[in-house]
Amino acid sequence: MKKHSILRVVAKILIPFVLLFALYVQFHGDFGPGGGFQAGVIFAAGIILYTLVFGLDTAREVCPKRVLECLVAGGLLLYGLVGTLGILLGDRFLDYSVLADHSGQHIGILLVELGVGVTVAAVVVSIFFVFVDRGRH
Amino acid sequence: MILLSLLVATAVAIILLRDLFAAVMLSGIFSLLSAGLFVVMDAVDVAFTEAAVGAGIATVLMLGTLTQTSTRERPAPRLDWSALVVVVLTGTALVIGTLDMPAYGDPTAPIHQHVAPAYIAQNVGKQSGRSETDDDDFQGHVPNMVTAILASYRGYDTLGELAVIFTAGVGVMLLLSGLPPTAGDTPETNPAESEAGVDA
Repeated sequence: MKKHSILRVVAKILIPFVLLFALYVQFHGDFGPGGGFQAGVIFAAGIILYTLVFGLDTAREVCPKRVLECLVAGGLLLYGLVGTLGILLGDRFLDYSVLADHSGQHIGILLVELGVGVTVAAVVVSIFFVFVDRGRH
Repeated sequence: MILLSLLVATAVAIILLRDLFAAVMLSGIFSLLSAGLFVVMDAVDVAFTEAAVGAGIATVLMLGTLTQTSTRERPAPRLDWSALVVVVLTGTALVIGTLDMPAYGDPTAPIHQHVAPAYIAQNVGKQSGRSETDDDDFQGHVPNMVTAILASYRGYDTLGELAVIFTAGVGVMLLLSGLPPTAGDTPETNPAESEAGVDA
């Protein structure tokens, strides 16, 4: 689709807003609707739009395979580590109240949702990449 | 009601269509309609997920699958009567089951009496010794109770769900990219690195 200039321009205008909206949904999830899962999917949708318009090879340069693989595991690890931090600080697994005096729950939920978002985005993008890669040959 | 009838119309159209491309598009529309239905029922978080995953990602992935298969459905074999009987019986049983359910939004329904009030007040597992002051934001609690329940009260569940997504992603990557190496998929130039990858 590289030759369709209208698609290219519209996608270029749209993608930053999609990614920004994903970040908004991610970090605003404890105030309004949304959260890590939705944010991850929206972020992945932005990258998928990029892949559809600019091709898999360009998108692979933006999100290298190794980075994606690290992110897939990294999000889950972040979730587990935040949970373990609760034990280390003398409370129960996944109890965030000990992380800070008053807003411990808040910080814990924010970090955990970040882990969810990172893993979901990386998994969706990876699955899409292997699908497209298989479709080419 | 309008949304529900549109949902039924879309579902019937998906069943009748033989063109798989149109069926995939209609399933995307089906998801979008369900998302609208969830918004009407005040479940914005679920609607959000349905719109993003059902109407967005799932449609794209199904289109990706279509590029590797045929876009026409094979003509169906003759009608299977036993399957029809099973489906009709199950549907009837489900409809009979709903007759006993309390009306939608009924505040005296059992589901609103059990643990829900404690979750809404966000005082499940709150430790008595810890004082809550008014100056910190929302007394350290989270105004969106869906997020609070998913990430804090049901933290184990969400951790498990994330592990499921992780496993699914790793599984798909292993299955699809573990095939014979292709021209576009050149291995890393560093031989030690690729050896380590094989060992792992």
